[in-house]
Amino acid sequence: MRTRKYPNILRWLSPALAAAALSGCSGGILDPKGQVAADEKSLIITATLLMLIVVVPVIVMTLVFAWKYRATNTEAVYEPKWSHSTKIELVVWIVPILIVSILGVITWKSTHALDPYRPIESDKKPINVEVVSLNWKWLFIYPDLGIATVNELSFPKDVPVAFKITSDAAMNSFFIPQLGGQIYSMAGMQTKLHLIASEAGTYNGFSANYSGGGFSGMKFEAIAQPSEEAFQAWVEKVRTSGSTLDALAYDDLAKPSEKHAVTYYASVAPNLFGAIIGKYMNTHDVGTVGEILGFNTWPGAQICLAPANTEL
Amino acid sequence: MFGKLTLEAVPYHEPIVMVTLAMVALGGLALIAAITYFRKWNYLWTEWLTSVDHKRIGVMYIVVALVMLIRGFADAMMMRSQLALATNGALGYLPPDHYDQIFTAHGVIMIIFMAMPFMFGLMNIIVPLQIGARDVAFPFLNSLSFWLLVAAVVLMNLSLGVGEFARTGWVAYPPLSGLEYSPGVGVDYYIWALQISGIGTTLTAVNFLVTVLKMRAPTMKLMEMPIFTWTCTWANVLVVTSFPILTAALGLLTLDRYLDFHFFTSDGGGNAMMYINLFWAWGHPEVYILILPAFGIFSEVISTFTGKRLFGYKSMIYASGVIAFLGFIVWLHHFFTMGSGANVNAFFGIATMVISVPTGVKLFNWLFTIYRGRLHFTSPVLWTLGFMVTFTIGGMTGVLMAVPGADFVLHNSLFLIAHFHNTIIGGAVFGYLAGFTFWFPKVFGFKLNEKWGKASFWFWQIGFYFAFVPLYILGFLGMTRRLNHTDNPDWTPWLYVACIGAVLILFGILCQFIQVFVSVRDRKKLVDESGDPWNAHTLEWATSSPPPFYNFATTPVVHDIDAFTDMKEKGIAYDRPAKYAPIHMPRNTSAGLIIGAFATVGGFAAIWHIWWLAIVSLVGIIAAFLVRAYDNDVDYYVQPAEIERLESAHLAKLAKA
Repeated sequence: MRTRKYPNILRWLSPALAAAALSGCSGGILDPKGQVAADEKSLIITATLLMLIVVVPVIVMTLVFAWKYRATNTEAVYEPKWSHSTKIELVVWIVPILIVSILGVITWKSTHALDPYRPIESDKKPINVEVVSLNWKWLFIYPDLGIATVNELSFPKDVPVAFKITSDAAMNSFFIPQLGGQIYSMAGMQTKLHLIASEAGTYNGFSANYSGGGFSGMKFEAIAQPSEEAFQAWVEKVRTSGSTLDALAYDDLAKPSEKHAVTYYASVAPNLFGAIIGKYMNTHDVGTVGEILGFNTWPGAQICLAPANTEL
Repeated sequence: MFGKLTLEAVPYHEPIVMVTLAMVALGGLALIAAITYFRKWNYLWTEWLTSVDHKRIGVMYIVVALVMLIRGFADAMMMRSQLALATNGALGYLPPDHYDQIFTAHGVIMIIFMAMPFMFGLMNIIVPLQIGARDVAFPFLNSLSFWLLVAAVVLMNLSLGVGEFARTGWVAYPPLSGLEYSPGVGVDYYIWALQISGIGTTLTAVNFLVTVLKMRAPTMKLMEMPIFTWTCTWANVLVVTSFPILTAALGLLTLDRYLDFHFFTSDGGGNAMMYINLFWAWGHPEVYILILPAFGIFSEVISTFTGKRLFGYKSMIYASGVIAFLGFIVWLHHFFTMGSGANVNAFFGIATMVISVPTGVKLFNWLFTIYRGRLHFTSPVLWTLGFMVTFTIGGMTGVLMAVPGADFVLHNSLFLIAHFHNTIIGGAVFGYLAGFTFWFPKVFGFKLNEKWGKASFWFWQIGFYFAFVPLYILGFLGMTRRLNHTDNPDWTPWLYVACIGAVLILFGILCQFIQVFVSVRDRKKLVDESGDPWNAHTLEWATSSPPPFYNFATTPVVHDIDAFTDMKEKGIAYDRPAKYAPIHMPRNTSAGLIIGAFATVGGFAAIWHIWWLAIVSLVGIIAAFLVRAYDNDVDYYVQPAEIERLESAHLAKLAKA
């Protein structure tokens, strides 16, 4: 469960400074619309302030020393052989060690608190979404609802969203900056991410890892609906207007295309996500998803969830 | 007969490429014509191309670095102008298939073919002089290393006119760099260029490690070596330990691409994450390989121009060693977003932060070297002060991204691009440029023009902030790297500012070339007869400028860290020995150049699958090596009479100075 365990300093330092220094940034990571993104923003501000304790004196000292001990200033003390001082050495080693120690503790705690694999604490049941990066578009499968979309993602605000992510192309990174951190999508493997939106709105999502020619257009919209009802209405819209994503339709969709239009699928072949991962398992020649689903056995699908990149 | 190579490989339809090629061809022809006209072929061949003199090789390294700086910077200008034009839905003038080659080439060139040769050039020229050696331990090997680099540079540039370069980003992550997604020859150019230059790099590091351990003036203790030699030594330790990892990773990728292996493919049991780990297990030490020698340069510059001994010499050496060691255990911070668990991410994050401790110590030590000194604001000092301010900011943003929770939103964004340019330009490049100005009179016997040097610094420094502060901001605004075009109106103004910054840096580079031109023109006025124009501390200044080919007529006797200052204080710096002994020197050889030429052809043949030619080249490499190995006439003795003559001329000049 995600809790805000790491130091309270984050809480009282962040709002004032954020408002003062960074209010102009809309739409980016400093304009968070969810708990994860807000925590990550606070973390950035805290860490920066902590480091400024050393950085500012170093910069000021550089300029002051350079000016004071300029060659033309013959009034300043000149000691050409002075090259050691145990006191100074102690200070210059110990002060950075202290700051890094504090930062280290913050890092340890925040890394666990903000682990993308960690489910978000909520009394609401999370929405499950299976994400597949394709050349060059995003496929979102809602396994519990039996629907799928391309380049449009939707969920109600204040409800956790649990993503399972893979790729059926080169490696990409699934990223909605205003909702929180990213995670890679990799073929034959599954990664996880948990996000939540605290405000209704439409947020930009995209791939944050270069994946070839159509990469720049690999964007989607993440719509946080104002209520459960609004989300249900969206689901109904998908169900009524969409076609079927069966194995054949998937193989067609997986072909490279750029700036793919938003597409709705009213129904999805069961276990499509598992089959997409499974097709890379243990076979030299990759079969199509159609073949794998057609055989109705995809032995890799269970194995594939365990190895490599899941929790270490 | 010609493998995959056909006339179609020449990109006739790309006007930008064809104009560039025409200009390069014209420039090349003009150069050849000039050398022929002035009858310099013989001089070029005997004095430079076949030279095993570490100083000459060093100069050639730096020439290559400057040429590649122009190419890499042209790529940068194209990227910045494309991104300034392709906003609000416009597509700009570089379509992805060309643009993606440009950003890949920019990264590879700037790291492998600009920064590395610049660093190796300075190291070649200075390290043997600083330790009172006559040359490196293995002079022929040194020549070979250089010509392997040239082979790689030739391949890299051939990709412009024959075929294509990789469209993968400079990291060439599979599966994108695998055959399935990159069937063309671009990735093969990448592989062979990096592989051939990497072998040269590894050999150089071995050579210089042996040199500092075995070729030092016998009276110089390890803890008396000048700080630049020490930081180069740490860098070389990193090279010999990390470059083999790159060689292996590229070798496995080669097997994937050429022989249908499945190390890094998505299917057949391959795993791309393995490549990413291996790549950064080399790639992270690589940035310390670039920065550590620059730290050494700043130390030399500051202690020289304050007229003061370096503060905390031992502390500096230990700090460099700690940086070198820690540099090896932080590679995972390049991909926290791969989905490792929190414990793993936190470990690598904290290990990364720990590096800021020894780095911070170094900064304080430079500060306390200035403290109670007499600082002369020469251009090397300006580069150093600019570095101290700029690099501190780059270090801070680096530590910020070492916090995994922060990295999840900053990873792969323009914030990251700003960060590493902040450390590599503000650290390594500023350092090399400081070193270039600082040691130029040692190599050529005259100083560089200060006015143009300072103008260059200010353009670079101000241009840097204009070019990269907007990138930090764009990172916060959620702009990711390697985009070809954008349509976010909030980003547009910052993209314009960044483009202006790049133009300012362009002026900085122009000022440097003007500086060299003006200084060569005014060389009589800027001449330095003393060999010690800055009243410096270390042994390279104890000999004439330029130094004689044997460096020192008699092996220097060292009693202090600042060996030359110590000699000057005791009044024995310019003492003439009673008599000179014969000096053992290596003969020049063309073997390195020949092997390099075969490596170029062999690499080209491998890229285009022209297997008969690849075999011929391999046989040629082995044959040339064997001929050299069985040649017993590789050295000679300089006779005392000649030494006497050269030294008398030097001492006469000194008396005048």
